[in-house]
Amino acid sequence: MRAIGIVLAGGNNKNMKELSIKRAISAMPIAGSYRSIDFALSNMTNSHIKKVAVITQYNAKSLNEHLSSSKWWDFGRKQGGLYVFTPTITSENSYWYRGTADAIYQNISFLKSSHEPYVVIASGDGVYKLDYGKVLEYHIEKKADITVVCTDLPKGDDVTRFGALKLNDDMRITDFEEKPVETDATTVSTGIYIIRRRQLIELLEKAASEDRHDFVKDILIRYKNIKRIYGYKMESYWNSISSVEAYYRTNMDFLKREVRDYFFNQYPEVFSKVEDLPPAKYNQGAEVKNSLISSGCIVNGTVENSVIFKKAYIGNNCVIKNSIILNDVYIGDNTYIENCIVESRDTIRANMRYVGEEGEIKVVLEKNERYTL
Amino acid sequence: MIKKEMIAMLLAGGQGSRLGVLTAKVAKPAVAFGGKYRIIDFPLSNCINSGIDTVGVLTQYQPLRLNAHIGIGIPWDLDRNVGGVTVLPPYEKSNSSEWYSGTANAIYQNLAYMDSYNPDYVLILSGDHIYKMDYEVMLDYHKANNADVTIAAMPVPMEEASRFGIVVTDEKNKITDFQEKPEHPRSNLASMGIYIFSYKVLKEALLKLSNQPGCDFGKHIIPYCHENGKRLFAYEYNSYWKDVGTLGSYWEANMELIDIIPVFNLYEEYWKIYTKSDALPPQYVADTAKIEKCIIGEGSNIYGEVYSSVIGCGVTVEEGAVIKDSIIMKGAVIGKNTKIDKAIIAEDVVIGDNCIIGEGEDVPNEKEPKIYSFGLATIGEGAVIPDGVTIGKNVAITGVTTIEDYDNGVLASGKSLIKAGEV
Repeated sequence: MRAIGIVLAGGNNKNMKELSIKRAISAMPIAGSYRSIDFALSNMTNSHIKKVAVITQYNAKSLNEHLSSSKWWDFGRKQGGLYVFTPTITSENSYWYRGTADAIYQNISFLKSSHEPYVVIASGDGVYKLDYGKVLEYHIEKKADITVVCTDLPKGDDVTRFGALKLNDDMRITDFEEKPVETDATTVSTGIYIIRRRQLIELLEKAASEDRHDFVKDILIRYKNIKRIYGYKMESYWNSISSVEAYYRTNMDFLKREVRDYFFNQYPEVFSKVEDLPPAKYNQGAEVKNSLISSGCIVNGTVENSVIFKKAYIGNNCVIKNSIILNDVYIGDNTYIENCIVESRDTIRANMRYVGEEGEIKVVLEKNERYTL
Repeated sequence: MIKKEMIAMLLAGGQGSRLGVLTAKVAKPAVAFGGKYRIIDFPLSNCINSGIDTVGVLTQYQPLRLNAHIGIGIPWDLDRNVGGVTVLPPYEKSNSSEWYSGTANAIYQNLAYMDSYNPDYVLILSGDHIYKMDYEVMLDYHKANNADVTIAAMPVPMEEASRFGIVVTDEKNKITDFQEKPEHPRSNLASMGIYIFSYKVLKEALLKLSNQPGCDFGKHIIPYCHENGKRLFAYEYNSYWKDVGTLGSYWEANMELIDIIPVFNLYEEYWKIYTKSDALPPQYVADTAKIEKCIIGEGSNIYGEVYSSVIGCGVTVEEGAVIKDSIIMKGAVIGKNTKIDKAIIAEDVVIGDNCIIGEGEDVPNEKEPKIYSFGLATIGEGAVIPDGVTIGKNVAITGVTTIEDYDNGVLASGKSLIKAGEV
């Protein structure tokens, strides 16, 4: 592949509410065994991109732990590799990343020292499979300066969370509005871009000299009439997890057979850090229906329509319904949980009741000490 | 100069013929265990957890699966700049070429490997036991006794002692005598096949007995050391240890994992067992499923009912299927409404719809009564079972079978159905 990759994983979002306290969105656990950034990284490696930089800033502890080795995605090669760029103070610069463009600009030496002609920029919060090679072919065919991967949202979805696009018949972007208050557009940007490396360096240096820092606002929107910016329609599954609702829905999507088949059984596969956990264990009294159960779990109670992440312990007579239990959660006996997301490493006492509403999912975040219960 | 205080030599070349069709295509150490592991994961994990980072794995019988599993040792953190894991198959030499003819002979043929690490001690392990053991504690014991050889031994019930190699010790655990499967055991300490040798003593013995045909640790090396006045000690071990050498003990050891708090606990943070595993999705349990008292590996899809069973990774159990007291390995598919009772289903087996497996009387197997007993139905790797057949107890099946292979759709208890190659 004639491209290098950049994954923007520094962001946080107020819509994630309590879930963002612990970690950047890119490190959010997905579908039992994965983290959000696995999808972008797997797409990169499956597209034969060998050199990838992950740019982090907001609460990167979970993310750094997850990226502790590049071998999970097969990046640790002599040629290329996985780079993690956090903000650093240098003789010229003492700012945090002030925006997406600034984040890349502060690491411009990565771009300058590479030889690959193209750059694939992706965000770490998308759940999708995409061959970036195909997008690059399209990019070259359209003689585009920048290609923005976009998708049509299903009717009724909230477009205002995204960058809303309008395209002409040639797929050139004619209108681009970031998180519009109101719009009749149904096509949104997925935050995946392809751009020639030299072009990117030039645009970033220009933006920096004008004290502009945002890739969407200060480059895509500002240059939309000057540069040839094209949209590439992605028809397959795509979801961004940038709000509690979207996060909940994306996870619940994996209870659908076609979604599981698409991500779990069809080529190419999604890679993730392999943890050495024993198989899931079901004891007497376990009753599990339509749920995903991950390795290392011990189930003693009832689980229905839920996604249980790794190493969760579910006590006797518990009932877990329509919920997401994140990694390493301990749930005491007789506890009832419905329409909730239980934060990772949490300890839930026995005989508790947590009930959220459909459409108003409750985030459970207790800070009990596990070993003093 | 390269120097390792202790290196391990892991004997993984045996066929394990008492596991029948399970080892038709793979060496015993590579047989799946406990949902996601292979037997060799236990000694390898013990090594790294004990701080031993140099392990020679001696292979001979059907090594492909074993080689692929071990690779360069990444899952056990045994990919090292110096040391790490090295697979040691028999090799051609300028003046002789021979297979490994015995456990000690295999080690003898790899003296050069051991010499290259300049070890003070060598740990001899076998690749077919399920246990967690800190070899470093055993080494401390070896040093404290100023021993030449330390043999790990565990107390067994006196009435069973005649099935084992028994060590007789004095009050300081110094070994005074050996009894190989004695009729009248004088002690109940059974050798576990785990030895620490001071390297000089081992090398001297191996060289001395190099012409001994089928040179074996239990039969030749240990008695030789004993006769020559070396200091032999027994290291008493009292935790879980299981030789999974027979189908019965293999099945039993798997079933012990599903106890409410298993004696052999895989869920503890301390002393993790590592294995090579792919990044697999979680398992899906459908609306129609019922699961009780089971362990189930990643990526499995359960639409049917599973009770008291050990299920591997990527297994599919279709709707209406009922599985009880069975072991189903990686990648197997169990068809709709198929009933399975007390069976071992090896990797990538495909079983059709509406089959009944494990039904009938517990009559001994006609050809191999010693191997296929315990009332288990055993189906070898990659076998295919057509729709609607009934299969009895103590049977063995391999290969792609069709309905014509079954007598009126029935394979009676005690029969074998071996297709596509010999076993």
